Amino acid sequence: MHFGLNEDQTMLQDSVGRYLEGASELALVRGFVDGEPALAGDLQTGLMDLGVPLVLIPAEHGGLGMGVLEAALIQEALGRNVSPSPFTAAYGMAVVALRACKSDEWLGRIASGEVVMGVGATEAIGAREGAGLTLSGDKVSGRASFVMGAEAATHFLLTTGEQLLIVERGGAGIEEVALTTIDKTRHVVNLDLDGASAHLLAGNNHVEAQNKMIDAGRVLLAADTLGAASMMLEKAVAYSKEREQFNRPIGSFQAVKHMCAEMAAKLEPCRSLVWYAAYAQDNVPEEAALTSRLAKSHVSEVGKFVARTSTEVHGGMGFTDLLGLHYWFKRIGANRQLLGGPQAVRDEAAQLQGFVG
Amino acid sequence: MDLNLTQEYVDFRAEVASFLQAHKDVAPNRNDRSVRSEKRLAWQQILLAHGYAARTHPKEYGGYGAEQDALKSRIIAEEFSRAKMPGGMSGQGINMLVPTLLELGTQEQKDAYIKPTLDGTMVWCQGYSEPGAGSDLAAVKTSAVVDGDDFIINGQKIWTSTAQYADMMFCLVRTEPDAKKHQGISYILLDMKTPGIEVRPLMTMTGHAEFNEVFFTDVRVPTHSMVGNRGEGWMVANATLTHERGMLGDPDAALSRLNAIADIMKQEQLHGTSLMDNDVYRDRLMQLQGEAYAMKMNGMRLTTLSSQKKSSGMAGLLVKLQGCELNHQMAELAIDVMGEYGMLYEKSPFIRDRGMWQTHYMFDLGLIIGGGSAQIQKNIISERGLGMPREPKPAKPAAQATN
Ligand SMILES: Cc1cc2nc3c(=O)[nH]c(=O)nc-3n(C[C@H](O)[C@H](O)[C@H](O)COP(=O)(O)OP(=O)(O)OC[C@H]3O[C@@H](n4cnc5c(N)ncnc54)[C@H](O)[C@@H]3O)c2cc1C
Repeated sequence: MHFGLNEDQTMLQDSVGRYLEGASELALVRGFVDGEPALAGDLQTGLMDLGVPLVLIPAEHGGLGMGVLEAALIQEALGRNVSPSPFTAAYGMAVVALRACKSDEWLGRIASGEVVMGVGATEAIGAREGAGLTLSGDKVSGRASFVMGAEAATHFLLTTGEQLLIVERGGAGIEEVALTTIDKTRHVVNLDLDGASAHLLAGNNHVEAQNKMIDAGRVLLAADTLGAASMMLEKAVAYSKEREQFNRPIGSFQAVKHMCAEMAAKLEPCRSLVWYAAYAQDNVPEEAALTSRLAKSHVSEVGKFVARTSTEVHGGMGFTDLLGLHYWFKRIGANRQLLGGPQAVRDEAAQLQGFVG
Repeated sequence: MDLNLTQEYVDFRAEVASFLQAHKDVAPNRNDRSVRSEKRLAWQQILLAHGYAARTHPKEYGGYGAEQDALKSRIIAEEFSRAKMPGGMSGQGINMLVPTLLELGTQEQKDAYIKPTLDGTMVWCQGYSEPGAGSDLAAVKTSAVVDGDDFIINGQKIWTSTAQYADMMFCLVRTEPDAKKHQGISYILLDMKTPGIEVRPLMTMTGHAEFNEVFFTDVRVPTHSMVGNRGEGWMVANATLTHERGMLGDPDAALSRLNAIADIMKQEQLHGTSLMDNDVYRDRLMQLQGEAYAMKMNGMRLTTLSSQKKSSGMAGLLVKLQGCELNHQMAELAIDVMGEYGMLYEKSPFIRDRGMWQTHYMFDLGLIIGGGSAQIQKNIISERGLGMPREPKPAKPAAQATN
């Protein structure tokens, strides 16, 4: 038994992390947020060179054939650097679903870079008013809300709850409404569909495939929050050693030290939880659904605590746009809401264990 | 990351499980904490003989002499917990003193003390804290003055757990009153029957006397009962404190406590509906489950780091703080789901679970305070774990430790 990362996994995370540190530095993130799309394209090319989009795609379709744990390590690095990237949806969730449906053709097209998939899964998790898709033959109508990975999508993978389907971006009968969220490092859209042409995925295990996709997506969001929160803690500690008040570094005030200690003590076990939940997706099937939910909900709670506490440690500076700390704060905030908030996800976890009813 | 067990460990797990199955009838109750009960002592003998207690301690001192193997230790703990059977004895003698003696004791000390301590026949207490020296432990004042081949000890200890039953005490005394605070302390082993020692049990909030005051009046102890040299007691004590921190916060214990609360919630009813069907209470349970899972996985990570002989870093530093806090919050939930029944205590009619959740709730708060309080843990995490600056020393020291 070995609980921890092996050499290859550490190397993978280090190389992606090193690349992002330069390529996704704050000035560039700011540019992207302010409407300069070049960064996303450059990042996409750079990550492509590192093989990042191929991580989950099976080797026979030109991928690296790795697991959700490796994807989570990449996602953590993306979260650390608040990198604009459609990774969660395009190369995490979509690939998990397509793998489960054995959709070889689509996997190949993703591997070649020809297709980038956005994903709409809200309908299967807890549709709010006005949302939901219906299928008639191969025409789909209704609303898919909070579709993720819209920054570079050529297609969207959607679900009616029972059936997974793909529509082409910009096709007839598809109206796209861009949403503005607190987190401008990633793009989310609503799709209003009126008899749009749908490509139905093969196979008849769509519910299972969709559940696997959502489980993996939640683990990835937890990993993204873990990365973002780790960075916020590091920034708080670094700032507290630099900033002086009352002729001493604020980091020597016990109130500040204890804020940082609490962040660290809550956050470090999240790392082990994310590793395990990610590992379970491919290796411990009986724990995959439960640990995904526990990771998503618990890391969201800790992430929120770290986000506000780190901001407090930075004082007024933390509240400014100047420092940019708020990009991490907002990334964590959006991850908390995406694919189900903590209470909703915990409720699912309770149901899984027969605690309800 | 590879959580599959190799055949060796699969076999080992089966071996432990079949041992437990075969010994179901001789094991004492898990909750039996009585000192010197015959059933517990006999059980300890069986565990020692099979290597389920003192597994890695040298054979010559009554241990089993097995190689360090963190994974096997973990498997033993998991299987005992699954079988709801008690593992080897623990306590300040076994967990703190024995490792210290193995590391720093003289041959005579090792020969005299380790075996009976592991057997459970020699019970120890830890005489560190004093009225003026709690978190600031190095401020101990109890004095030991050399007179021929003896020390003569005068002073007072407080919060000394199990002193009323203990045969022996390991304690910190000031032997060099003129040296600096941390360099004037020595670490001494003494027999609790020595004339001049008075133990006064201190009632705690739980209603039991879990700890004591211990008074020393001209207590004579041979100088060779010192561990380490004169003035090195602080270093020796720190070796044991590391062991104490490892002793608290077992992640598997947290998950089994959580499962016990889940069972209570299925049984307890409010307006004819089980508390488990109450969304608000259930959400609290689920929050704690997320945290308990995170701590369990952190524990698995520590097992691997320990078997690789790597430093445990932040993952290790947080265990006492987070583990004690989690246990405390679980007891709080158990009490809350019982409503008014949750406040029943002692031998009350209609009591649930013998009132143990109130006992846990109070005792766990004691554990949050004792053995390095939560605030001290946060100081350690921020200074050693995050490299943050120490508090600046006040310009004028308030009081000299030695006055
Ligand atoms: C159940 C229990 C069993 C115990 N068993 C033993 C035993 O067997 N042997 C033994 O020797 N001792 C034992 N102790 C004593 C225990 O180690 C001390 O209680 C503990 O170290 C705290 O010391 P104190 O009680 O003097 O509190 P104080 O040190 O006076 O602390 C009071 C408060 O001040 C805070 N504080 C103190 N210093 C700082 C600081 N530098 N920064 C921030 N906050 C600070 C503390 O966190 C606490 O909140 C036991 C205690 C308990 C509760």
